[in-house]
Amino acid sequence: MLSYAIFSGITLGGMYALVAMGLTLQYGVSRIMNLAYGELVIVASFIAFVFMTALGINPILGLLIIIPASFVLNWVIYRILLTPLVARAKNRGMLEVDSILATFGLLFIVQGVLLVWFGGNYYSYDFLNNAVNVFGATIAANRLVALGFALVIGLGFYLILTRTRIGTALRAVAVDPTSARLVAIDVNFASCFAFALGGAMAAVGGVLVSMFLTFSTSMGVVFTMKALIVVIMGGVGNILGALIAGLILGVAESLVATYVDPGLTIAVTYVIFLLVLLIKPSGLFGRATS
Amino acid sequence: MSILKPDFIKPVAIGAVIFAALAFLPSLVDSYYMSLAISVVSFAVLATAWSMFSGPTRYISLATVVFFGIGAYTVAVLGEVLPFPMVLICAGLAGTVIALLVGFSTLRLAGVYFVIFTFGLTELVRQVVSWYEVNVTREMGRYVFLDITQNDIYWQLLALFAVLLLTGFILGRSRLGFALRIIGEDETVAKHCGIDVTRVKVALFVLSALFMTLTGAIMAPRWTYIDPVIAFNPMLSFQVVIMALLGGPRRLLGPLLGVIPLTLLFEVLTANFPNHFSILLGCVFMVIVYLLPGGVVGLYEKYRAPKKRALATDQNAKSGGNAA
Repeated sequence: MLSYAIFSGITLGGMYALVAMGLTLQYGVSRIMNLAYGELVIVASFIAFVFMTALGINPILGLLIIIPASFVLNWVIYRILLTPLVARAKNRGMLEVDSILATFGLLFIVQGVLLVWFGGNYYSYDFLNNAVNVFGATIAANRLVALGFALVIGLGFYLILTRTRIGTALRAVAVDPTSARLVAIDVNFASCFAFALGGAMAAVGGVLVSMFLTFSTSMGVVFTMKALIVVIMGGVGNILGALIAGLILGVAESLVATYVDPGLTIAVTYVIFLLVLLIKPSGLFGRATS
Repeated sequence: MSILKPDFIKPVAIGAVIFAALAFLPSLVDSYYMSLAISVVSFAVLATAWSMFSGPTRYISLATVVFFGIGAYTVAVLGEVLPFPMVLICAGLAGTVIALLVGFSTLRLAGVYFVIFTFGLTELVRQVVSWYEVNVTREMGRYVFLDITQNDIYWQLLALFAVLLLTGFILGRSRLGFALRIIGEDETVAKHCGIDVTRVKVALFVLSALFMTLTGAIMAPRWTYIDPVIAFNPMLSFQVVIMALLGGPRRLLGPLLGVIPLTLLFEVLTANFPNHFSILLGCVFMVIVYLLPGGVVGLYEKYRAPKKRALATDQNAKSGGNAA
């Protein structure tokens, strides 16, 4: 029971970490506080569902289509919806307020479209649902696959950020957009790229989550919330912090769901968030902010 | 504070006359228009209360419905046990306690933490209330049968709105209101002026939450059945933000300019496009955010003082340019 709870916590935590990495990129580099982020996760879940049930494409193959598609979609969202806000914002605070409002509107539009198409029911599909034995715990194979992909993609993402030229540029913009210009970094391009990459991560998270969890049109808010909490807990812009914070959140939730009550998982999330806010609002590994 | 001066007495007297006239509305129109009037007044209270805190500080609260729902739920739980005024007091207390908790844990930090916290708060409160009802009281969904007519609800809301406007008016000319405006302009400056920034923000947040809670409590008898999904519907928070932004949250009467047209629009939309309501609402919201960033009031001010504004944008163009 314990090993099962911990393993499912790690799988869940891995998903949170993956989704939060994308958000930390969007918020840390592009300075967009994206409240519609979780909706993108859910949209990807539904697309994976349609691929699997209607077209017979399994979600892993689906990723090959969904990743580039979501990258392009988020690129377009940034160029069309967010660039005007970036242009009119006089400082970071104003951009934050404007982006919160714009993406808040986007959230209701996306949610409305999903509701019209899919209704309010819970969805799930069968994919690799056979049991596998790991360290004495019986686990569905799809969880293992999801975790494996989360690890590979998360690691690849980390390597892109730390080992490549564009990744270094993104990190420079995250630290200081004004100084980044001085070393010939195209800040607008970097912001747009970071936003699109973050959106692609959200889509990956959505596809992987849909393999082993039931999902509904109204779950986007919860994903946004958890991703935001993980981002803050790990320290804004901190990829490894997001990984560790995500795992902590996943395991804590899973333990409470197993031993206390599944209805209280969101309360756990909030208790953790409160503790972070009260003790170390700059995050577990964050630098002190002004 | 300068009470009892002509510039205070005159607007208050005009307001009193208008509200007294509005109180006779029930004898003039039928029940359909009364229910519309109730929607308008309740949204007017919510949007004005929202702007009282979020306007000057620019801290966007996405949790209006949390307080509204707490008010409504208190009535559902206590409505048949206590007399109604006592129930209102209990609701007010419950809302105040929650607002204090939220305020003290988030408002000493940067605004974005507050936004995030309020963003998920609705979900949290709804799930915790559901959990409590299912596991502890074993009573999911409650009935509200109170001897309160539609007209009573209207009068109560009208009185609440009058009190709110008076509070806002006095606040605007008090030290607290001045402190709040300084915080909104520049928090660092406010600190250096010796303002206890956190306390001012929490005080205003609690005040605004109190009015939201009371609105929920007054509105509760309108539904006969309440469950957590009805009471804590996030759409309400969204509607309030739209209305306040359309009107202009930085003036006392600004939100009212957004409330009246949008309540009528929502009425038309829910009647004709019930399934696409959320999409249309999202689109309306986007239009406001992109085209009317200062609201109707901002637009009016822009055309009333074009010279001053042109000067200001000139200066911004000189100093700005590195905003990204």
